Amino acid sequence: MSGYIEAQLIILCLSIIYAYGIFLPAASGQLNLGAAGFITLGAYASAWFNASTGAELPMWLSIPLAMIFTGVIAFAISFPILRTRGVYMVLATFAFAEVVSGVAINLEFVGGAAGFPVDGHTDVTVIVPVTIGVILFSFYFMSTRLGLSLRSIHDDESVATLFGVNVRTSKVVAFTVGAMLMSLGGSLYGHHYNYIEAQTFNVLLSIYILLYVLMGGTQTAWGPLIGAAFFAIVPETLREIAESAGLKWLAEGRFILFGVFIVLLMVFRPEGVMTRTLQDRLGGGLFRRKKTAVEETGGGA
Amino acid sequence: MLIIQQLVNGLMLGGVYVMVAVAFTLIIGMLNFLNFTIPALFMFAAVLMYATMMGQLPFGNDLILSIFGTEYRWVAGIIIALVVIALVSLVIERFTYRYMKAKYGDATEHALPLVSSLGFLIIFEHLVVSTWGSDPLTATSPFGQGTFSIDTIIFSVPQIVSLVLSLVVVVALSVMLKATKLGRALRAIAERPDTAILMGVEVSRIVPVVYVITGLLCAVSGILFTINYATVDAYVGDTVATVAIAGMVLGGLGNVWGAIIGGLFIGMLEVMSIYIVGADFAKVPIWGLLLILLVFKPTGLFGHTLIGKGKF
Repeated sequence: MSGYIEAQLIILCLSIIYAYGIFLPAASGQLNLGAAGFITLGAYASAWFNASTGAELPMWLSIPLAMIFTGVIAFAISFPILRTRGVYMVLATFAFAEVVSGVAINLEFVGGAAGFPVDGHTDVTVIVPVTIGVILFSFYFMSTRLGLSLRSIHDDESVATLFGVNVRTSKVVAFTVGAMLMSLGGSLYGHHYNYIEAQTFNVLLSIYILLYVLMGGTQTAWGPLIGAAFFAIVPETLREIAESAGLKWLAEGRFILFGVFIVLLMVFRPEGVMTRTLQDRLGGGLFRRKKTAVEETGGGA
Repeated sequence: MLIIQQLVNGLMLGGVYVMVAVAFTLIIGMLNFLNFTIPALFMFAAVLMYATMMGQLPFGNDLILSIFGTEYRWVAGIIIALVVIALVSLVIERFTYRYMKAKYGDATEHALPLVSSLGFLIIFEHLVVSTWGSDPLTATSPFGQGTFSIDTIIFSVPQIVSLVLSLVVVVALSVMLKATKLGRALRAIAERPDTAILMGVEVSRIVPVVYVITGLLCAVSGILFTINYATVDAYVGDTVATVAIAGMVLGGLGNVWGAIIGGLFIGMLEVMSIYIVGADFAKVPIWGLLLILLVFKPTGLFGHTLIGKGKF
């Protein structure tokens, strides 16, 4: 595998992990623009647990510990944050990410504004299997009873409540597990590039991750996968094609085309690329629930 | 004395944020979405102003030079920036608000215009990068370093002009919202679009007006930014918008007067905290306060909102 492809593959894998972290709350209709905050928490916590100046734990221990650390924080803040909805939740999570980045820059024992060198190194042989694990876990998660609750909250919260879905518990679990996934992604980022600084995890990153998910579609677990793959692959491929065809303006302006594509996608497929209807038409998802006898016979007529 | 000088500088910086904060607050109050084309329009206006003044437009530089001469090219810059931004706003309206309804009930429905507006942000930033490059662009101010001082405190003339201008524009806007027929229609849409249609408000004709108004607010503030600070780049909108969002939250979402006070306050807070504790640390108290405010008092510091009541 050439170095270039490997580098691209790692970016793709990290994007996928981040995207699933945002997808889980989004599957219940909660928009989280604070991805950068949870990624920062994960990256810094894992780096500190692993560092010789910190707790000096091996990597296989520091990454899960970082996930637990982020999970606890996410659990604690999920209660106030989930009081808000719609545009208020977008702003509240955004504010949370800004607070985290502000704190990280000012903590001297993790390097402060100068950034923090990370000791342990992970490479593609770890990141790819972990990513596959995250994808399978998310598909499984969405097929459980809790996943169904999230879908029902996404479609109509009041009706979900009437049918006995515990709305708050479902939302809190989705938010916390999503934050833990983003923490995992952040740890892997730190251990792969061996250097982190809070400025890398900025608003733009949060925005892009939210875009992966919303473009891919929040209805099925395929959405984030498609969205992240699309974002990681299309601009690079456009550049390759444009450069080999000698179109300099296209190579430089490929993101303009990409932006146009985002706008048009929202016009023609507002629910994202992958919807439940499309999934059924293509033959169903992984871990699909068995159809009941009533459904099979078309209502038992 | 140094403290007072810093306060004055903060007030001037706040003048830039005020109009962007008002643009955000109008769209949120009226249409209930966070419009990320606002930073793009701000930045685009600032860059257009720079390009016209410095003769860096992709085409038409000679024509502008022959009509306005080097002395008055800034007039051309203002005209071009305002006209282009107004037209662009209409295009953006077509592709964000028009299509904001999902086919089925969907809790993330309000995210659709958010995503489209992010698409536009990407388009404009890369349009500027591929035309003018990603390095900072420096303009020479047509008004020079006009300053005067009272006692030992230095005031810069263009900054005072921009502060006064932004206050005038915003006051005119809030009078319009309160007293005119258009303003009443706007408040009706903010309350509930469906009912507004039943009451005979032509929503599909009024929403473009809102877009043009917010677009022009961003354009004016972008133009003033270029004149005041002389240096622009493709990402200047992001920085300004982040702070303006903070100002808007402080004043309450949908509250025009709140946005004015919030914008000025945040400008002052930024300058003061850079002066006292350094730029990095200032983020923690500001955003921490905003987080608490959003969760426990989403109406902002002033409670009463002129538009967009009952959205949360």
